[in-house]
Amino acid sequence: MLKIENLHAVVTDSEEEILKGIDLEVNPGEVHAIMGPNGSGKSTLANVLMGKPSYSVTDGDITVDGDSIVELMPDARAHLGMFLAMQYPSEVPGVRPWQFLKAAKDAIDVANGQSKMSVRAFSRLFDEKVTESGINPDLIKRSLNEGFSGGEKKRNEMLQMQVLAPRIAIMDETDSGLDIDALQAVADGVNKMRSPDRSFVIVTHYQRLLHYVKPDVVHILVNGKIVETGGAMLAEKIEATGYRDYLAVR
Amino acid sequence: MTTQERLTISRESQLEDSGYKWGFTTDIEMEMAPKGVNADIVRLISGKKDEPEWMLEWRLKAFEYWNGLQLQDAEPRWAKLRYPEIDYQDIYYYAAPKSQDDAPKSLDEVDPEMLETFDKLGIPLHERERLAGVAVDAVFDSVSVATTYADQLEERGIIFCSFTEAVQKHPELVQKYLGSVVPYTDNFFAALNSAVFSDGSFVYIPPGVRCPIELMTYFRINTEGTGQFERTLIVADEGAYVSYLEGCTAPIRRTSQLHAAVVELVSLDRGEIKYSTIQNWYPGTKDGQGGVYNFVTKRGITGNDAKISWTQVETGSAITWKYPSVILRGDNSVGEFYSVALANNYQQADTGTKMIHIGKNTKSTIVSKGISAGHGENTYRGGVKILPGAENATNHTQCDSLLVGDQCGAHTVPYIEVRNPTARLEHEASTSKVSDEQLFYLMARGISEEDAHHMIITGWSRDVINELPFEFALEAGQLLKVSLEGAVG
Repeated sequence: MLKIENLHAVVTDSEEEILKGIDLEVNPGEVHAIMGPNGSGKSTLANVLMGKPSYSVTDGDITVDGDSIVELMPDARAHLGMFLAMQYPSEVPGVRPWQFLKAAKDAIDVANGQSKMSVRAFSRLFDEKVTESGINPDLIKRSLNEGFSGGEKKRNEMLQMQVLAPRIAIMDETDSGLDIDALQAVADGVNKMRSPDRSFVIVTHYQRLLHYVKPDVVHILVNGKIVETGGAMLAEKIEATGYRDYLAVR
Repeated sequence: MTTQERLTISRESQLEDSGYKWGFTTDIEMEMAPKGVNADIVRLISGKKDEPEWMLEWRLKAFEYWNGLQLQDAEPRWAKLRYPEIDYQDIYYYAAPKSQDDAPKSLDEVDPEMLETFDKLGIPLHERERLAGVAVDAVFDSVSVATTYADQLEERGIIFCSFTEAVQKHPELVQKYLGSVVPYTDNFFAALNSAVFSDGSFVYIPPGVRCPIELMTYFRINTEGTGQFERTLIVADEGAYVSYLEGCTAPIRRTSQLHAAVVELVSLDRGEIKYSTIQNWYPGTKDGQGGVYNFVTKRGITGNDAKISWTQVETGSAITWKYPSVILRGDNSVGEFYSVALANNYQQADTGTKMIHIGKNTKSTIVSKGISAGHGENTYRGGVKILPGAENATNHTQCDSLLVGDQCGAHTVPYIEVRNPTARLEHEASTSKVSDEQLFYLMARGISEEDAHHMIITGWSRDVINELPFEFALEAGQLLKVSLEGAVG
């Protein structure tokens, strides 16, 4: 479904190389965890997958269903069913979450040759997901992310993921800064969405989230390269020993 | 003295290099005075309208005053605007649709081509259902061609008619209030308007009456090189209320066009006037050729416990010089100014407001949002004046600028003059850019770059757009989108 081959990426402005040759294949239905110490390039990988312009791919390829997406703008990637839950979601004054998400859903549906959902049908879907995500209903009447706490922003990201129902969901440190209730809510959201035709790439520093969301594959990313790949056990090992061993061999 | 010309400009050649959606011209016979302005032209205009002597005298005094200023080269130049010298003798000061000579009594008698033009503009003159709730007094170039709902308003004693008609039918009201807020000596452009104003709207709401519908006027500039000089006077008598909407579109022109309107609002004790504008005149080409020069004087005055609220969305014109203001004369009176001004390509906007606090416990609110894109230059120029008698006056000013791209400019020039120590003033200002993070966030959800920009910008303008009546708010959102086309991507 999602395949990454020898991916090299730099910071667009400084040309500093962050990703130094990454290979990764995510099959339908799989949950992959990307773990690594601070500054290893985890978040960069998540953002490069979604096409953030502040990074540039200098070598290698990313394909979805066999087609390269490296040249695609972020909106075109979303139209293919990709989604990135942001680590630091932007505040957008004056834009209501409902309005934002309706526009996103419409854009994706239209790009896929489907008709737009009616306002009523969308409202029903939205309300249902608001209840499921456990987000404070008062918040979603405000401007997008404006005045939201860190935890509320993350829940809002989950709400968006649930409404848009992507095929490839990338989560960039969604668990960081969450209290245990919020963490549980995020995990529940992911577990409920797990399905044979949907894949997850979960970027995380800690193993915490992985207590609740069992990954199929765990990758350890250090200094822009995947240094080890294993099963769920690998995450537990990290929990016990940290990243010391990997940093030492570097 | 008048000449008749048949003006036909092919639509195709005019539309080529601009995305201006409302750019088209109408092939209608016009009756025009020769170019230039002098006392004879003023007499001609007054004569065409069969005006009483007092009106002509007022015009002539205004012309004399303006001519004096002009001879001293006293055209105001303090605004942050750059434009070629205006040749006031190279402008037509009077043009009327020819079919107006035998004044149409109903829409059936209106030139079909003119109706078609209104259709293109989306003015719902003959669509009854869309008209529901709104009375339209449409100004085509200079002369009003049709008025609806007049009878319904008349029952309540509300007067809503063309200025020309008001001079004939309600001379006592016009004489009492004309120039009472903006005297002809007010400024260069107001003086010119006072001398040669062609038509406009007149509204009078009797004491205690709440106008049941929103009053709407569309202005449109149509004839090549025609200056347009509207005059609007709105009086809300004691305890009266009216909401007035003004919306504008103009066809494409190669040469610049002068527009100098005057709007006077009088809100007597406990009266309230809400005046909303969408201004979408031709902004010129992407390279800054042509476009409307808009020099407008808008001002209101309040009685005790009265309120005046200006809301404007300014997306058009090559040059905008406009400062809707309120003289807070009455105690406990309220003045508001909500503005979104957009300057794209080579547009220049110098706009803002003046709040002059005279009465006790007077309160003013200013929310100004300036959007600059392309090579656009946007200046907020505001004045808050607290006079010695204005005990406990308060003002809140919020002045935000948004930059799209790195070739545009945003400037803020707030003047504050306080002569009473009990005054409380707050001033907030910000300048921001549409951030790459915001854009990425929206685009990562599938929204196109252009739509993402539009969503961020209208969201940012929300506080002002929410002040507009509902239908206008929708139109304003669309207008911002159309006006920003080409500014992003």
